[in-house]
Amino acid sequence: MSIFEYNGSAVVAMVGKNCFAIASDRRLGVQLQTIATDFQRISKIHDHLFIGLSGLATDVQTLYQRLVFRHKLYQLREERDMKPETFASLVSAILYEKRFGPFLCQPVIAGLGDDNKPFICTMDSIGAKELAKDFVVSGTASESLYGACEAMYKPDMEAEELFETISQALLSSVDRDCLSGWGGHVYVVTPNEVKERILKGRMD
Amino acid sequence: MTQSSVDLPPKGGFSFDLCKRNDMLTQKGLKAPSFLKTGTTIVGLIFKDGVILGADTRATEGPIVADKNCEKIHYMAPNIYCCGAGTAADTEAVTDMVSSQLRLHRYQTGRDSRVITALTLLKKHLFNYQGHVSAALVLGGVDITGPHLHTIYPHGSTDTLPFATMGSGSLAAMSVFEAKYKEGLTRDEGIKLVAEAICSGIFNDLGSGSNVDICVITKGHKEYLRNYMEPNPRTYVSSKGYSFTKKTEVLLTKITPLSERVEIVEVAGEAMEE
Repeated sequence: MSIFEYNGSAVVAMVGKNCFAIASDRRLGVQLQTIATDFQRISKIHDHLFIGLSGLATDVQTLYQRLVFRHKLYQLREERDMKPETFASLVSAILYEKRFGPFLCQPVIAGLGDDNKPFICTMDSIGAKELAKDFVVSGTASESLYGACEAMYKPDMEAEELFETISQALLSSVDRDCLSGWGGHVYVVTPNEVKERILKGRMD
Repeated sequence: MTQSSVDLPPKGGFSFDLCKRNDMLTQKGLKAPSFLKTGTTIVGLIFKDGVILGADTRATEGPIVADKNCEKIHYMAPNIYCCGAGTAADTEAVTDMVSSQLRLHRYQTGRDSRVITALTLLKKHLFNYQGHVSAALVLGGVDITGPHLHTIYPHGSTDTLPFATMGSGSLAAMSVFEAKYKEGLTRDEGIKLVAEAICSGIFNDLGSGSNVDICVITKGHKEYLRNYMEPNPRTYVSSKGYSFTKKTEVLLTKITPLSERVEIVEVAGEAMEE
């Protein structure tokens, strides 16, 4: 069994028109046993920047704490929030520093940059950035997610349609993966508000 | 550093403190993760006035295509570019690092960077890590001494060649070069030959695919032709798209309005008087 399949996860982010959506599943397991059904994989860095981490749950939490620490230091020095592109470079550097003994997680970063332009990117566990203009996926359900997003994605969707698309893509993909699921957690971020929704999915 | 309770920002270089834990997990039977690789076809050739570099744009994670349009031609200096194959994080990190070192060197010496400088910095770093930093590079540029093209292998060995290919598609591309290369090619002939070599990699090698990127470097001038050719467009895109008649069931909604950012405007007024 792969290290990434120890806890199970599914994270996806999509770009819309001046908005973005980031979604994850909610299961936390130890191999085939489910331990929790409300695990938080997506965390807020600042109002317009979210990071979703898939992979080994202990590294997810540790990496998140370290990134929040670095961002707070940045805020104290620069007196402003970090731009999403800068944050992506920071995460990439922190992961590459551990090239020969890596953090066993894959981040998905989503944020609104200057002029409210949405930015998404994902990385492998050693920090190879992959910028995309449409969607990024990560986790044990990633192969199904690639297929579902490729089929369902349309460019320039508004917030409500984007929510519907990302939710359907997430739920249909985790249904085909034993290790992720048990509902969904979706954040849709526009320049004026953050809508956090919990989805009802199959509980198996 | 591992004993300190506060995680200070690191002083640079690799940190090995998770190695023991990862080894323990591997011994318990959990396989190590696979990294993003750029399966790749990368090529370079020297033509009459300079150097042309070419690359495909597919990044793979095992058998899955992770990125359909990634950038494999990395900037090193205004007159030097480098194509990278192998582990994506390694090629990006190594080229970024040497690019910064070259910039500092330019500030110190006040001269344009030479290709041989980039070559020596890269091979030193890669040899130092004995091939564990898995980056195979095609380095090309034009400096005061003329056009240069080099290949660098992950263990640190280098070659200086008039035409070169690297990556999983290197054999497919090399066959095109060996058949059609000649000295003194013009710019258009060179670009056509490079595009043909990359296409042969794209169509015949499973690790390479998507589009062709080309970079033409001549004395004092460079042209980065991103997505020069796109021989693999999406063949069928449904114009209707997906319509979801049955809406997703939502258990809980929480809306957080984001406060307007306050703008501080300095009003030019009278100075305060005591």
